[in-house]
Amino acid sequence: MATTIARRVTYLNNEHTLASWLLTKDHKRIGILYLIVVTTAFFLGGLFATLVRLELATPAGDYVSAETYNKLFTMHGVTMVFFVLIPAVPAILGNFVLPLMLGAKDVAFPKINLLSWYVFVIGFLFTVYAMVTGGVDTGWTFYTPYSSRASNTNVVMTGIGVFITGFSSILTGLNFMVTIHRMRAPGLTWFRLPLFVWALYATSFVQILGTPVIAITVLALAVERGLHFGIFDPALGGDPVLFQHMFWFYSHPAVYIMILPPMGAISEVIATFSRKSIFGYSFVAFSSLAIAIFGFLVWAHHMFVSGISVYSALVFSFLTYAVAIPSAIKVFNWTATLYRGAVWLKAPMMWALSFIGLFLIGGLTGIFTASLGIDVHLHDTYFVVAHFHFIMVGGAIMGYFAGLHYWWPKITGRMYSDIWAKVAAIIVFCGFNLTFGPQFILGYLGMPRRYWAYPPEFQTLNVLSSAGASILAVGYILVGIYMVASLFKGEIAGDNPWHATGLEWTTQSPPLPHNFEVQPVVTEEAYEYVAREVKVG
Amino acid sequence: MAEALTAHGDHGGPHAHHPALQHHFDTLDQQHEAATLGMWLFLITEVLFFGGLFLAYMLYRVWYPEAWAEGSYQLNLTLGAINTVVLIGSSLTMAFAVRAAQTGLRKATVGWLIATMLLGLTFLVIKYFEYAEKFEHHHVPGSNFSFPGPHGDQVQIYFSLYFLMTGLHATHMLIGFGLLSVIAWMAHKGRFSEQWSTPVEISGLYWHFVDIVWIFLFPLLYLVDRAHTPVG
Repeated sequence: MATTIARRVTYLNNEHTLASWLLTKDHKRIGILYLIVVTTAFFLGGLFATLVRLELATPAGDYVSAETYNKLFTMHGVTMVFFVLIPAVPAILGNFVLPLMLGAKDVAFPKINLLSWYVFVIGFLFTVYAMVTGGVDTGWTFYTPYSSRASNTNVVMTGIGVFITGFSSILTGLNFMVTIHRMRAPGLTWFRLPLFVWALYATSFVQILGTPVIAITVLALAVERGLHFGIFDPALGGDPVLFQHMFWFYSHPAVYIMILPPMGAISEVIATFSRKSIFGYSFVAFSSLAIAIFGFLVWAHHMFVSGISVYSALVFSFLTYAVAIPSAIKVFNWTATLYRGAVWLKAPMMWALSFIGLFLIGGLTGIFTASLGIDVHLHDTYFVVAHFHFIMVGGAIMGYFAGLHYWWPKITGRMYSDIWAKVAAIIVFCGFNLTFGPQFILGYLGMPRRYWAYPPEFQTLNVLSSAGASILAVGYILVGIYMVASLFKGEIAGDNPWHATGLEWTTQSPPLPHNFEVQPVVTEEAYEYVAREVKVG
Repeated sequence: MAEALTAHGDHGGPHAHHPALQHHFDTLDQQHEAATLGMWLFLITEVLFFGGLFLAYMLYRVWYPEAWAEGSYQLNLTLGAINTVVLIGSSLTMAFAVRAAQTGLRKATVGWLIATMLLGLTFLVIKYFEYAEKFEHHHVPGSNFSFPGPHGDQVQIYFSLYFLMTGLHATHMLIGFGLLSVIAWMAHKGRFSEQWSTPVEISGLYWHFVDIVWIFLFPLLYLVDRAHTPVG
């Protein structure tokens, strides 16, 4: 070869115009486009959360009005659920790595992939417009008849935003499922797939089956509110609980859209940094599918106090316990992977270990709320708020950051500061526990969620929670700073900085526009760390 | 984990240079399978989409059987039945269009597609007259709704679901109409052949699906209790 090293063509530098980004069909660039919008939404949702915690620092409702407070927690929920948690891992990391992991040139439908980003942005803009022009105060759950008759805020506009965004999620799920079925490299059989791919497959299943139901539910709500149709209207003999059933038929499985892909990322990180094949590969793979399927059978556990029959509540309670089994299988198998592994404590591993600890607490407190008697006491209290934040932030966001730190050198070709990334992981872990730990106690003592003011005896725990939230904010801002800094000053990462298995690490960093120079052929199982010589720096 | 092949797989196959082959697929077969699977998955999402409304329909029909019967008698059975025949006919012409495309008959493909679109248009025109009748009789839910008798409120729920279900169905017809226009244009330009007719096939799948939705809607909305009482 020549003695001079030619400047490498990558997906980032092959074209530079704005149009080359906005009209790109490259899954890697589309992943970056999602990263930008989702990060914006994350800080917007974080801003709302900050204002909520600021109000709750004192018992009296003093900093904002009660109406504003209702809007703040609603807009926090809507932004974080629909524009951060659901797209974060599939649309950013999944888009970027899935075709690379499969040894494919792109997803099955690149144009639809770009379309789903535009649909996502349009849905986001509708929602932001609804927020700017008065906000919405129904809670992210949009329960009727409050949302259909009582509220005088921008329910329809927000609903349209959520409706539109749903199609982005459907199209991404559809695209991924077809990609996994039809675009695998020669030799890449189902049981050689990385577990992240299994997780995305299970997620796609939920996106395809669940999201259309929220779309029709929100559409029915919008028609009821806007055109005065009667579908859930009790004045006509309609049933508001029907709305709850239809809403949760999607919105409970949506929790698995949020948590399954981060779980997949955790499997990658744990295996890579333990230098071991994942313990019980097929159990971890099938547990993703089991979670996706069982996830559709538990929705009414959100409605134990909505007047549903005791017998159906019993069944839903039992099925909710059942969904804990595949979740626990994953946690046990990750832990078993660590056992006698050569643990390499780099930044992604720090985030991944934080995930396991926090998800464990989130999952176990889910058992409390799944039991009928205890849920009557805990329903709509801060206990529930703490529980689902342990799953969604402690679980999903931690897992997203684990994955982001893991694939960042592949995405950008640069390495962030490992020290700062570890510091941030510790800050976020501590801040998170301080924010939501006290909320378990608050809820158990009886503080209801969604209230603007509270009795003075709850102040100490609320101040702790607000203090934790500010630590958490510092941690997240720190991540933003060193990640951006790494783009300019980061060391060149190299093609495979973690010495990891997986096709995505066999191509250059950042990858070529069409991913691989030659079509990869797979001859091994995933995570064959024992078979290869391991060089740990 | 990976070894390199010296030759890339996509230069060897019999369809290697077909103009319809997109760069990220190796063969037309792979592209065909991906597109077909994608459309089936999309239709599954459509089943769930309409499924929410069928759930609401089922619940309220069990709760309010009298209101459902009274509402159903307000619909024009003749127009509904004609529309059912028209739509099933359009599925037949669509099937002919797919067959023509698969056998490489360019003009026949275009002709059957246009026939399908005309039948679809007929359906929508008839639906328009049905809707207009409902407006005249104050059967559109909302502040102008009026229905005599003790079940008036529940009949309003019936009509809310009637308009939502048939309205969404009609929206799907319009989307199908637009889709078939594009496909007919592509067929006219000679884009399809024995080797590549997948876009016609998956558009056909969509069209048949919309047809099937109507085949459920017609008895559920028009034929409630018709067995017991003469047409009123």
